[in-house]
Amino acid sequence: MKFGIVTFPGSNCDYDAYHAVIDQLGERAVYLWHKARDLEGVDVVILPGGFSYGDYLRAGAIARFSPIMHEVASHARRGGPVIGICNGFQILCEAHLLPGALMRNSGLKFVSKPVRLRVENSDTLFTHRYEPGQVLRMPIAHGEGRFVADRATLDRLEQEGRVVFRYVDAHGEPTTEANPNGSLRAIAGIVSAEGNVLGMMPHPERAVEPLLGSVDGLGIFHSVLERVAA
Amino acid sequence: MSLFRIAIHIVPRRGLLDPQGKAVSDALHALGFSGVRDARIGRFIVLEMEATDAMDADAAVRQMCERLLANPVTEDFEIEGVHAIEGAHAT
Repeated sequence: MKFGIVTFPGSNCDYDAYHAVIDQLGERAVYLWHKARDLEGVDVVILPGGFSYGDYLRAGAIARFSPIMHEVASHARRGGPVIGICNGFQILCEAHLLPGALMRNSGLKFVSKPVRLRVENSDTLFTHRYEPGQVLRMPIAHGEGRFVADRATLDRLEQEGRVVFRYVDAHGEPTTEANPNGSLRAIAGIVSAEGNVLGMMPHPERAVEPLLGSVDGLGIFHSVLERVAA
Repeated sequence: MSLFRIAIHIVPRRGLLDPQGKAVSDALHALGFSGVRDARIGRFIVLEMEATDAMDADAAVRQMCERLLANPVTEDFEIEGVHAIEGAHAT
């Protein structure tokens, strides 16, 4: 299976994603330059973390107009899997491939630390290898990760099972203290209505081997691999 | 075509937490400005652009705000001051 990792000017987690796919998953991966107009036949697109276009104007606001985003949107419309991590999530929201927006962390600080996530829906393309309610450890590293949307959108996301990950504490509870950025309803990751586009602020690609402190991110890659290869 | 200068205010939507604005309003309270009820911090953009007339310029800037300059989920924008720049005529 072939993963395509989009590199925007300012992306800095593209190599982490590449490493996760090549070395830990044992699958193929190619970098796709943001000016490209061809996805080179990849099965899964990853929009990696970083600071595309220096986060100028708003995080992801300029990247969403990169030529490759046309192709990414077409791929998504065809049902192709897309994973947006951190800045990738911000870009997907700006591109309206996912609802809502990511705003400045409520504490104003850039937060870089491991967090706990609860799997809220283990019946998605990206999470079926996890147990329902399983608590995962993954790092976050962002200044603009506060997920917001209007109440109707939040209710719809919840009702449709599209809230995939929530920030929780050691007991698996979504407490205020466990919410690192003030995201509404402690939302850390969501999927599109069709279920083939995932956006999340935490970094699964940095939790793929014991040396990194956690292997909990691998489940996402294995989940999508199993479904797409089937 | 004439050259216009257009000012655009973009602010976080009321009701959404603006942590920067809250920090500033808290600081203003600490300074004794107890009358401050709310502070929101956004962006101020000044554009110079060619257009046939002020209405044309305003319509174009509205589109720019909706498509790129403001995020419709989190921000409100206000276009003010569409001024022809005197003496400057684009060809």
